[in-house]
Amino acid sequence: MSKEKVIEVKGLGASYDELVVLSDVNFSAYKGDITVVLGASGSGKSTVLNHLLGLYPVNKGFVSILGKDISNITEKEQLSLYLQMGVFYQSGALLNSMTVGENVALPLKQHSNLPDSLVEEIVYMKLGLVNMQHAYHYFPSELSGGMLKRAALARAIVMDPPLLFCDEPGAGLDPISLASLDELIINLQKKLGISVLMVTHEVTSIMRIADRIVYLENGVVAFEGSLKNALESNVESVKHFFSVIDEADRFK
Amino acid sequence: MENNNSKERYIALEKDFIYRFQDNTLFLSRSLLLPQTIWFTKKIPKELKSFKVKNIILNLDELQDIDSAGVMALFHLKDKLRKSGISARIEGGSQSILEKIELFSPGQLPYHETPLKPGFLERTGNAVSHFFTDFVFGFITLAADVFYWSVSDIFRSRSRRKGEIANQAVLIGVNASLIVIFLSFVIGLVIALQSSGQLRTFGANIYIVDLTVIAMMSQMGPLITAILVAGRSGSSIAAEIATMKVTAELNALKTMGLNPIRFVVVPKLYACLITMPFLIIFANVSGILGGGVAAYIYLDITPEIFINRMGTVMQNKDLITGFVKSQVYASLIVLTGSFFGFRVVRGAEGVGKVTTTAVVVAISLVILADSILGLLFY
Ligand SMILES: Nc1ncnc2c1ncn2[C@@H]1O[C@H](COP(=O)(O)OP(=O)(O)OP(=O)(O)O)[C@@H](O)[C@H]1O
Ligand SMILES: [Mg+2]
Repeated sequence: MSKEKVIEVKGLGASYDELVVLSDVNFSAYKGDITVVLGASGSGKSTVLNHLLGLYPVNKGFVSILGKDISNITEKEQLSLYLQMGVFYQSGALLNSMTVGENVALPLKQHSNLPDSLVEEIVYMKLGLVNMQHAYHYFPSELSGGMLKRAALARAIVMDPPLLFCDEPGAGLDPISLASLDELIINLQKKLGISVLMVTHEVTSIMRIADRIVYLENGVVAFEGSLKNALESNVESVKHFFSVIDEADRFK
Repeated sequence: MENNNSKERYIALEKDFIYRFQDNTLFLSRSLLLPQTIWFTKKIPKELKSFKVKNIILNLDELQDIDSAGVMALFHLKDKLRKSGISARIEGGSQSILEKIELFSPGQLPYHETPLKPGFLERTGNAVSHFFTDFVFGFITLAADVFYWSVSDIFRSRSRRKGEIANQAVLIGVNASLIVIFLSFVIGLVIALQSSGQLRTFGANIYIVDLTVIAMMSQMGPLITAILVAGRSGSSIAAEIATMKVTAELNALKTMGLNPIRFVVVPKLYACLITMPFLIIFANVSGILGGGVAAYIYLDITPEIFINRMGTVMQNKDLITGFVKSQVYASLIVLTGSFFGFRVVRGAEGVGKVTTTAVVVAISLVILADSILGLLFY
């Protein structure tokens, strides 16, 4: 691999009190790739993500993001790292006290001195990318689940981050919204060259966008490789996961 | 004129960052990213206007990189120039620059009209009618609902969780008893202490007993108790119901065929109605005790004399008014807490708001009711 590594995880371990969730996780994600993290519910995908985001301290092992070792990182370095990454949370995590527009504008307003009118135009445009312009003045509590997701994605990409983290962006979306979400992410990847680390269970989505697959099981990475290799993998659980597609083929 | 335009001119964006302007064309160079957009939007329009030309071409051939903020800044600039009578056109640019411009090109900005602001009279009228339809009417409806169910459910315990009333009685009543006892004691002590000086100058020491007993039994005891319970339980009732609403638990109850009022509110009302009289009795007793302590220390009135005198001062009426007050305050507190809990909007943030409102309104209503009852039972 000649590509630059944007994420590198070596020997990462994590536990909640007695419960060991991750024992020895190793994988890498490369620049310009869409890397999908898979695994059964409760296998620790969100836990891995929280370590990458610096929300949980790395107690065992080594994690580097965009070339920075985050296990011993100063607050200032972490902040500048945050400016280079967009995060999409599983629950949306929009601030309830602000409108959708204000939510999306928040990072832009806090980290730049742009005139308000320009900020507003950028926010409109970003909301347009996720087809949510009509919701500019709505409060999060007035949105449906899928709309919340799209608004949250608009907020995650408002700063044009080179690295985007997504925890289950597709869950709860209808197939058409899902397809346009995938198209948007592919567009961002192709045209801006951003790298994406995504947790998702949507097989159709994975087939469309994934470059690489990381499969978590029993606290370790059971499979890591390209989508093509994953489809032909001998690992039992990976095989099982993708067997859904073969079942769909029956109807063709 | 023509001559003038073919001359090379320069716009300095930042130090060492200069755009060339020649033949009506502005050559953008290097990168136009978020950090550059601030100067770009501030400086360029001014400078271009000062050149006094009608048509401008924005040439992107030398531009190496652009991001979404940059693209928007470009369109923003075009817009601004158009408004001051200069037409601008974008030209050139590498494949990757054009792709980004296409991806981030602004859609049609949705037109949103600002609604006409109503005048002062209209607003006042709206507020008044809103107050009556929303608050007064809503409150009475809820009160009717709650009382209907609380009467009809007295002997039907199936509609609520087993042990729920006892549970709530502990939360609302038992857990509040220590603080009620302590504060009443302090207040009784202070009332007696402050009056003792006056009474002594008139040689009317013995009346300290009348004063403490009447003040505690007919006013302070019930009021202190109600205010404390409103602060403790009014808020927690509002917060609990509001949280249940925003997390869709109330909907879940309904679709399971359970009435939230019967399931959630009625047990709390029972618990509060039952425990409140005891709390008031505790408050009265410990307040009078406090008064007795002050009387003993400052006016040399022994406990024996105090108790003897107390027997003549106390009236059955005081016990009855105390009981009536306890029932009225208990209902007000539970109703206000649940009323605001049910009214929550806008997620978790709303929970905090309705909780605050519930406490303020509950305490105000208690004081208001106290003055009305005071007049009635005088
Ligand atoms: N805050 C926590 N405290 C204790 N245990 C936790 C906590 N968060 C997660 N866990 C446990 O860690 C394990 C992994 O959880 P995690 O949320 O990482 O799973 P996941 O792979 O993201 O699942 P899902 O696909 O359902 O989102 C689970 O067994 C869970 O019970
Ligand atoms: Mg998860």
